[in-house]
Amino acid sequence: MKELMLGNKAFARGLYEAGCSVVSSYPGTPSTEVTEEAAKYDEIYCEWAPNEKVAMEVAFGASLAGKRAFCGMKHVGLNVAADPLYTAAYTGVNGGLVICVADDPGMHSSQNEQDSRHHAIASKVPMLEPSDSAEALEFAKLAFEMSEEFDTPVIMKMCTRVAHSQSVVETSERVLPDTKKYEKNIAKYVMMPGNAIKRHPYVEERTRKLIAYASDCPFNRVEMADKSLGIITSSTSYQYAKEVFGDKASILKLGMVNPLPTKLILDFAAAVDKLVIIEELDPIIENHCKSLGLEVTGKDVLPLEGEYSPNLIAQKLGVSVAPFKKLEEALPGRPPVMCAGCPHRGLFYTLSKNKCTVLGDIGCYTLGAVAPLSAMEMTLCMGASISSIHGFNKALGEESEGKTVAVIGDSTFVHSGMTGLANIAYNQSNSTVIILDNSITGMTGHQQNPTTGYNIKGDPAGKIDLESLVRAMGIERVVVVDPYDLEQCDRVLKEELAAKEPSVIISRRPCALLKYVKHNKPLKCNSEKCVGCKSCMKLGCPALAMKDGKACVDATLCVGCGVCQQLCKFSALESQE
Amino acid sequence: MVKNIMIVGVGGQGSLLASKLLGHLLLSEGYDVKVSEVHGMSQRGGSVVTYVRFGEKVYSPIIDKGQADFIVSFEKLEAARYVEYLKEGGRIVTNIQEIDPMPVITGAATYPGDVLEKLEQLGISVDAMDCLSLANEAGSSKAVNIVLMGRLSKYFDIPVEKWEKAIRECVPAKFLELNLKAFALGRN
Repeated sequence: MKELMLGNKAFARGLYEAGCSVVSSYPGTPSTEVTEEAAKYDEIYCEWAPNEKVAMEVAFGASLAGKRAFCGMKHVGLNVAADPLYTAAYTGVNGGLVICVADDPGMHSSQNEQDSRHHAIASKVPMLEPSDSAEALEFAKLAFEMSEEFDTPVIMKMCTRVAHSQSVVETSERVLPDTKKYEKNIAKYVMMPGNAIKRHPYVEERTRKLIAYASDCPFNRVEMADKSLGIITSSTSYQYAKEVFGDKASILKLGMVNPLPTKLILDFAAAVDKLVIIEELDPIIENHCKSLGLEVTGKDVLPLEGEYSPNLIAQKLGVSVAPFKKLEEALPGRPPVMCAGCPHRGLFYTLSKNKCTVLGDIGCYTLGAVAPLSAMEMTLCMGASISSIHGFNKALGEESEGKTVAVIGDSTFVHSGMTGLANIAYNQSNSTVIILDNSITGMTGHQQNPTTGYNIKGDPAGKIDLESLVRAMGIERVVVVDPYDLEQCDRVLKEELAAKEPSVIISRRPCALLKYVKHNKPLKCNSEKCVGCKSCMKLGCPALAMKDGKACVDATLCVGCGVCQQLCKFSALESQE
Repeated sequence: MVKNIMIVGVGGQGSLLASKLLGHLLLSEGYDVKVSEVHGMSQRGGSVVTYVRFGEKVYSPIIDKGQADFIVSFEKLEAARYVEYLKEGGRIVTNIQEIDPMPVITGAATYPGDVLEKLEQLGISVDAMDCLSLANEAGSSKAVNIVLMGRLSKYFDIPVEKWEKAIRECVPAKFLELNLKAFALGRN
């Protein structure tokens, strides 16, 4: 049956049809829906792991046991999981092991624009790259076969536009392969030096076989048309190239981007007059072609940064684009903002008011850096807030200790904040850490995590108690505050900053978008009481605006959280019965 | 011949249902279809774009400047923000609701209330309506998306029954009546 399917959902369908049995992932845009959709199939065991390293090791364990297994993550997640990946490349697999890594060119929802193909090259693991949903489904199935045939993990690289675009797919039934028996094999699976030394030549031999396979595999294809221009491309860049050139160019469309098909590339180059490489981010195909002695156009005209588009490719390669009209005036931007009723807002207001130096982390709360709160001065990677505040305070001592805080979400804390806190407890810095516990992984779209008490299917699960955990790690000062209570937040923050020992403040209130959270009626501004002092505007709440010199509440957005009422000295923001 | 529809608005306004409905309808009409979406809570409150493309064979999942046959906007300012994507002779179908973006809330910028008039001065066809009032009339402010689909349907040579069938297949049964009413209010 033909249906329109999201790239990530098609990937999950491929996992299902291939008989994948175990899935362990950590959410990260744009990879999250692969695992969410896989969890809808009762035949597949699915879980959210605390981080990507754990997820990959879980999937590896299931593969070792003989089942087909999968783990999914975003590009930066693969940095976290790089440790098991690079050595799983040596051990190889038992049941097929497929890894999804989703890149985010254009940084729609990421802190950098790294090109994951480097990880595939460095770890010597084959990488596939679908260009639409139909390929995502088909490649996922073939990836398992390839994994088992070549005894290697296989990475499938998605990108935002493939992951989050719907296109037409045809589904088929699930075929469950026989479980491969687990057999003790110390030489293959115990990577101590004496064994690993013998596995490395195996890896190199496997790569040689894969290079030969790549020139005659179902993933790469040549579409010969006009021979005056030859284009080598992959992923969405292929779609854009087809859009721009149609039949006016021949295309070598790569679905397998590591290793690259040397013979196929040389044959294609010989058949066309001019060779252009169209690839987002780094010049990996281009450099390979150059190493083969080919003359190519690529990053000399196309950018290293950002997403490509049909117009960009057309303009850089001398093809005209459609005309368009434009407004002369500059329009106000509309950046994403913390939602009305977001529990983070009250806490960030408190940090802003106290002029704290705030070292931040990855999550919705990174929006604390945006005006008018502007209460975050550093965001690096998952968990870095806690490790960095320790270094910051060790460097500056009393100069920073009394005014610097780390802020980190509940899911991010479990992901990789715990180890940083272990360092604070062990090496004793006088640091104040704030865990923003909104009872969910918010930014990626509401995934459960080990502190929420529910699993990926929403069923009751184990629950880590943050207070007990933090105390067990050796932090004696642990205080819980309600971020809707500004007076309490202010008092506790001042106390903990003044304390001469490590402390943790848990700012606890569930995400305002969670279905079970009950909202109050929208507030109403009494314009007779409002003097237009704009105190409430310091919160940066999207439900509050100034109209004709008075505060005005947007009733479609306001959830009656009451934080703004605490800032109004004139009681103008009134609750409705 | 590929046709391009851009759906723009403010994150959280319900553009995903609109694109789901269009994708479903156009696929059942026998077209190749691609829909490119914005996911993730981090987009809430921000400017969001969804691309819907259909025709005999569609390659790119995104629409570029000068290519959109229609820009369907959930909010007035957003209709203007993406005008460069409209093709010559294309049409803007928009809700006249104003939602202040953060730079306006903080006082760093002012909301350009006359922006639709300026678009018309450029010779652009703008079909503007108060979708929020019609959605409320249908029973929920959340039905703005279906009101807009009703309006858009006027410009397509697809029988109204097919649109209604697509709505039936895309929305939960308990909201069906509300959404069919919203669609009819938008169309008429």
